[in-house]
Amino acid sequence: MVRYILKRLGLAIVTIWIVATLTFFLMNMVPGGPFLSEKAVSPKALATLEEKYGLDKPLFEQYITYMKGAVHGDFGDSLKQRGRTVMSIITTKFPVSARVGGLAVLFSFLLGVPLGCISALNRGKAGDNAIIVIATCGIAVPSFVVCTVLMYIFGVRLKWLPTLGLSTWKNYIMPIAALAFYPTAYITRLMRSSMLDVLGQDYMRTARAKGLNQFISLFKHALRNAVLPVVTYLGPLLAYTVTGSFIVEKIFTIPGLGGEFIGSITSRDYTVIMGTTIFLAALMVIMNVIVDIVYKLVDPRIKLK
Amino acid sequence: MSDYLVSIEHERLSFFTPAGEVKALNDVSFQVKQGEVLGIVGESGSGKSVTAYSLMGLTAYPGKLLGGSLDFNGHHINDMTEKQMQKIRGNEISIIFQDPMTSLNPVYTIGNQIREVIKLHTDKSKSEVQARAVELLELVGINEPERRLRQYPHELSGGMRQRVMIAIALACEPKLLIADEPTTALDVTIQAQILELMMSLKDKMGMAILMITHDLGVVASMCDRIAVMYAGNIVEYGTTDDIFYSPKHEYTKGLIRSIPRMDSKGHERLIPIEGTPVDLLNPPKGCPFASRCDKCMRICLREKAPVMYFGDVHYTSCWMNQKAELEGGTKE
Repeated sequence: MVRYILKRLGLAIVTIWIVATLTFFLMNMVPGGPFLSEKAVSPKALATLEEKYGLDKPLFEQYITYMKGAVHGDFGDSLKQRGRTVMSIITTKFPVSARVGGLAVLFSFLLGVPLGCISALNRGKAGDNAIIVIATCGIAVPSFVVCTVLMYIFGVRLKWLPTLGLSTWKNYIMPIAALAFYPTAYITRLMRSSMLDVLGQDYMRTARAKGLNQFISLFKHALRNAVLPVVTYLGPLLAYTVTGSFIVEKIFTIPGLGGEFIGSITSRDYTVIMGTTIFLAALMVIMNVIVDIVYKLVDPRIKLK
Repeated sequence: MSDYLVSIEHERLSFFTPAGEVKALNDVSFQVKQGEVLGIVGESGSGKSVTAYSLMGLTAYPGKLLGGSLDFNGHHINDMTEKQMQKIRGNEISIIFQDPMTSLNPVYTIGNQIREVIKLHTDKSKSEVQARAVELLELVGINEPERRLRQYPHELSGGMRQRVMIAIALACEPKLLIADEPTTALDVTIQAQILELMMSLKDKMGMAILMITHDLGVVASMCDRIAVMYAGNIVEYGTTDDIFYSPKHEYTKGLIRSIPRMDSKGHERLIPIEGTPVDLLNPPKGCPFASRCDKCMRICLREKAPVMYFGDVHYTSCWMNQKAELEGGTKE
C-alpha cells in the first residue's frame, strides 16, 4: 500500500510536469500578451515592462526560469494584479471556493445516492419517473440558468436569501444549490443504473434466500457494490468543484478561485494561468490516487499495483 | 398429509409481464418426505426453478401465485407474510444456486457471509458463531477453514465457492435443501465431488433435497423420486426406477432416448426431441407436448390427458396410455 502510494506520487510529479510544460508553451503560442490590452502603452514602456518580468528573453529561457522557481515553490508575481504573488492569490481564494464546492459535492453525494436507490427500488413507478425527469433536467439545464432562476425566485421575488457575497450562512445556500444541481442529477442517474444492475445480481438472491430482510440486503449487500461508479465520479468532481466555478462565482459575486482561471486567460496573466493550472492538475492527480485507494477499500477484488 | 415435509397441491403461478401473462406453473402437485431426494427434471423454462422458488416465497413481482396450496414443515406458505418467510428462509429451508461464481457477494469475506446467516437465525455468541463457521467449512471439505474464512470469494475456485454456498445453506441445519442445478456451472470432476458431498451431508443431517436439474445422469444417481416437468406441468412422476425403466409419457421417453448410452452398438446417433418448447404466453389447450410429440393424436391437441396411475407412486398424463388401456394393453 505504502509502496503503491509512493509510486503514484512519483507518477503524479511527472504528470504535473507534463501539464505545466504543455500549458507554458501553448499559452505562449496564443497571440497577445499581458500588457497589450491596456490602452496605448508606449513601445518604450512595453519594453521596460517585458524586461521587468523577463518576457523579453527567449521562450526556452523563460521556461527554465519559471520551472526553477516553481520547483522551489515560487510561482512568481501576478502580471496584472500588482503586488500579489500567485501563491497568495491561490491561498486566499482557494479556501472560499473549496468551502462552497466541498459542501456542494457533499450535498450532491448525500442526495444523489439515496435518490438513485429510491428510483431503482421503485423502477417504473411514479416515484422513479419523477426522479428521472428531475435528474434529466439537472443534467440538461446549464448552471447559469439555475443560478439566475434561483436568484430570481428566492432572492428577488421571495427575498428569502441574499444574492451576493458570503457574509452569512444564508449566502451559501444558493451557490451550493447551483453548484450541486448537476452533480446531484448525475450521481442519481449513476446510482440508479448501478443499483438496478446490482439488484439483479445472483448474490442479492442469495441474500434473500438467507432470510435477510430487504433493509439489510439493500444496505449491506447492494449499496457497497453499487456505489463504486459514484466513487469513480466523485474524485474528479471534487477536484473540479473545490477549485471553483467561474459562472457561479461571477453571478453570486463570490471571491473564489473559479474566476481566476478564466480571468487569467483572457487577460494573459501568464503566471496566474500557470499557477492555477498546476494547482488544478495536482489536485486532480491527488484525488485520483485517493479514489483508487477508496476503491480498494470498497471492493477487495481490486489490486493496487 | 402430515408425514410429508413438503406438499404442493395444484399450484398455479403466473408472471405478469408487459407482454402478457406467462403461465409458468399449471397445476403442479407433488410431495416430499423427510430425508427424501426428489429430482425435478425438465428443459429450460419448464418451471423447475419457479416451483422451488415459490416454496421459499422468492417468486416476487411480477410472479403471482394464482391457486393451489403449498405446505412445508407445518407452515402453510400461501398465508405467510414476508416477515414470517424470512424466519424460515436460510433456516428451515435453504437453497444452493446454479452459479457459485456470482452467488456470493464479492465485497465481503467468506466468513462474513457464513456468519451472517448463523447470526440471523440463532442467538449464538460471537465465538460460538465463529466456531460454527469453522465447523461448517470442515463439514463441506474445505481445509484450513480459519484462513478461508478471511478470504474473499474471488480468491476461491468455483468448486470451493459451491462448497461455501452449501456451508451457508446448511448453517442452520435445514429440513429441506433446494439444489437449483448445483453442478451445471462446474466442470465434471468437481460436479461428482459436489454431488457426493451433498449425498453424504444428507445422510449425516437427514434433510430432504429437492434436486433441480436437466442432467438425467445426476438424478439417476441421487434421487429417490423424479418429477418430469414440461411447460409448467408435471407430466410424469415416479420412483427413479419407474422413470428410467418404464417411462410412460412420450416426453419422458424422448428424454431417456436422448441420453448417450455406454452399451450402444456401433455409431448410433442420439435421438433428439424435435421442435421448440411451447410459448407459455399462449399455452396450448391440450397436452403441452403435443406439438412436438411424434405419436400425437387428435385428442392430444384438444384436451389434457387425465392423470393415470401405475402403482402407488408412478403417474403420468398422456393419452397414449389411455389408448393402450382401451386397446387392452398391459397395465403395469
